[in-house]
Amino acid sequence: MTMDSRRILITGLSSYWGGRLAQVLEREPGVEAIVGVDSSDPKHELERTEFVRVDTQHGLIRRIVNAAAIDTVIDTRLVVDPLTEPLKRAHEINVIGTMNILAACSGSDSPVRKLVFKSSADYYGCEQDDPAFFTEDMARPHPARTAIERDIVEAEEAVAALAARNRDTTVTVLRVANGIGGEVRTSHLALLSLPVIPSILGFDPRYQFIHEDDVVGVLEYCVRHDLPGIYNAAADGVLALSEVVSLLGKPSLPLLPPWGTGFTAAQLRRLGLRIPLEMLRQLRFGRGLDNRRLKAAGYSYRYTTREAVLKLRAQQRLRPLLRSGVEDYHYEREVEEFLRWSPSVQSAPDRGRRPWRPAADRVAHLEGTLAALRHAGADAIPDGVATAGPDPGTRSPLTSYDDLSADEVIEIASSLEPAALAQLRRYEAAHRSRAEVLAAFDRNLARRRQSGATQ
Amino acid sequence: MADPPEQDATPDEPAAAGQTVELALSEQRGGLPAAPGDLREFLPGLEPERHVTDWGRSERVEGLVDRTLYEFLYHYWFRVEVEGIENVPARGGALLVANHAGALPPDGAMIAKAIREEHPHPRPIHLTMDHSFKGLPGVGMVVTKIGGVPAHPANVHRLLFDEQALVLVFPEGRTGTEKPVRDRYRLRRFGRGGFLETAMRARAPIVPVAVVGAEEAQPVFARLNLLRRLTRLPYVPVTPPLPLPAKFRIRFLEPVWTAELGDAPWEEEGLVQTLGQDIRALIQENLLEMVAARRSVWLG
Repeated sequence: MTMDSRRILITGLSSYWGGRLAQVLEREPGVEAIVGVDSSDPKHELERTEFVRVDTQHGLIRRIVNAAAIDTVIDTRLVVDPLTEPLKRAHEINVIGTMNILAACSGSDSPVRKLVFKSSADYYGCEQDDPAFFTEDMARPHPARTAIERDIVEAEEAVAALAARNRDTTVTVLRVANGIGGEVRTSHLALLSLPVIPSILGFDPRYQFIHEDDVVGVLEYCVRHDLPGIYNAAADGVLALSEVVSLLGKPSLPLLPPWGTGFTAAQLRRLGLRIPLEMLRQLRFGRGLDNRRLKAAGYSYRYTTREAVLKLRAQQRLRPLLRSGVEDYHYEREVEEFLRWSPSVQSAPDRGRRPWRPAADRVAHLEGTLAALRHAGADAIPDGVATAGPDPGTRSPLTSYDDLSADEVIEIASSLEPAALAQLRRYEAAHRSRAEVLAAFDRNLARRRQSGATQ
Repeated sequence: MADPPEQDATPDEPAAAGQTVELALSEQRGGLPAAPGDLREFLPGLEPERHVTDWGRSERVEGLVDRTLYEFLYHYWFRVEVEGIENVPARGGALLVANHAGALPPDGAMIAKAIREEHPHPRPIHLTMDHSFKGLPGVGMVVTKIGGVPAHPANVHRLLFDEQALVLVFPEGRTGTEKPVRDRYRLRRFGRGGFLETAMRARAPIVPVAVVGAEEAQPVFARLNLLRRLTRLPYVPVTPPLPLPAKFRIRFLEPVWTAELGDAPWEEEGLVQTLGQDIRALIQENLLEMVAARRSVWLG
């Protein structure tokens, strides 16, 4: 598995998907730079993603892309849910914002080589004579009915035009079904968390969800692999609403009449029950997606629709118990910039909630090195392949230590014992002698001596 | 996935959008799966804890209706007699094509019950319904749970090709159910042959079925267009509220093996039309033969 994306731009960083995707991509050591843009602050705690607050203005994003030599752009901004943004603003974000991002990606002088566009299954619409399962090559059977559907259609058209003009850019369009999970907030989930779930009298629509982990997984998969074209992203299994309701363990109340649904929904909005137009149509007819193309491309879903609903139930049961324990994260710009760029910061800050976990093979390299050092003796400095390692004939673990980058060594070494760290420092001084690594080791040892002395 | 052969949709610009991004793939494969098992292996199986399929079919509701209503209708009310059940393949997808009649015709249900009762390897069959059923509150919901599937070419293709299931279509469509009593057993035009194209693309055999008895069971004496607008039903018939106990005879005819018709038979308009007319003529012939042979409408 190769990943050619080194410098990544994520738009919509403040959305749930953008923030989580940034958290996942940060942990990839191959990724050199991650930049996130959005018009509001991120809501997820991030280690090395740089956030730039940009409103939907064309020139600025292009400048960022060119200056940072971005080779991959992931666009997660698309607003399909009136819960997140009011409709007027949603139109601006969806259509004009998308055009600006695309303008930044297009052109022969643009460094962007890959664009992943997170679109929505609402592209297909929801009508009475729709096929039961939408495949990617089906065009939208009816003209768009609601404002959001029109926006999605326009945005996808613009993306397709970009793909046609720039043949060497990999453009992936993901039509994602309704996301479900314990942390994300959507209109559908707001409805499903009510004690009694409303439905339309006389209809039992088919619902297909995708778990929030799978949405992030799919986006990450498209970054790692080259998947040009359109893909449906939805979990296996299409459940009837009655099934969903029984899995959640709640009763269902047919609040909405089959005729005059829109009118009743408008009245319910006054009482605080927000049901957007797309959801009204889905509550009537339901929708299914054919998700096999992405599976054929190699992605395997972690949860089926049924499992995702069960997880949601577990989360709903736990939420009243856990609510008081966890505080929400607040992005403080000055604090983040200090932690990242200030020379006074000596080690990776203790984030508390999410410790940095090095990749498994990196840790194995370092452990191999330490084993060799122990074998060689407390004060000895191994020469290299011939003397180190239990079996001189095999590949020495010391050669694999040299593959580690300076940052990785510094990060992992701070968890070593002082004696082992001292030995490692001697080895480093004898072989590669990287100045920053030696300096970091010295600081670490000095700190430990100090704390050891004061104890 | 094959494109549905005819969509009543008017694809506007988004069609171009889908096509341009997908150009690379469709250039390679000509828009159709390269090998028969291409995407079929990724078809999700039904999880064992679920008793409702991805199409909305509920085995609990269907079992209940089957044990009570259909059992009664099949054995005692319509006293169905079946010929040629061995023509329905035991494995693989097949498209059953039948004549359609009566206002709320029980012929589909009786064909499904016949396969379940008489066939050595009984399988569930999916009944295609007009789209208007999906929009009817209550009725639409129940029909889906007992095996009704909206009559969209993409649906039929998925059932035949991907799921290798039995599908029943009534090519006369709405015109069949609207037939007044004096036109009984005279088959209406078989549409544009859309069902044929779908079966050809799915490489599934076509089994013509002739059903006698449904016309008399639910005769349409007249149609009232007055209430049409209000209730959004396709039409409002004047018909007895319950089906009359006519004797049913179902004859399954020899299958037409579309896989033997050539490489891409759906592209030849002439072949599709001729085959459609041939099947219609075949069913018509058998119908008239069966009607001539019966002694009485109610007793057979």
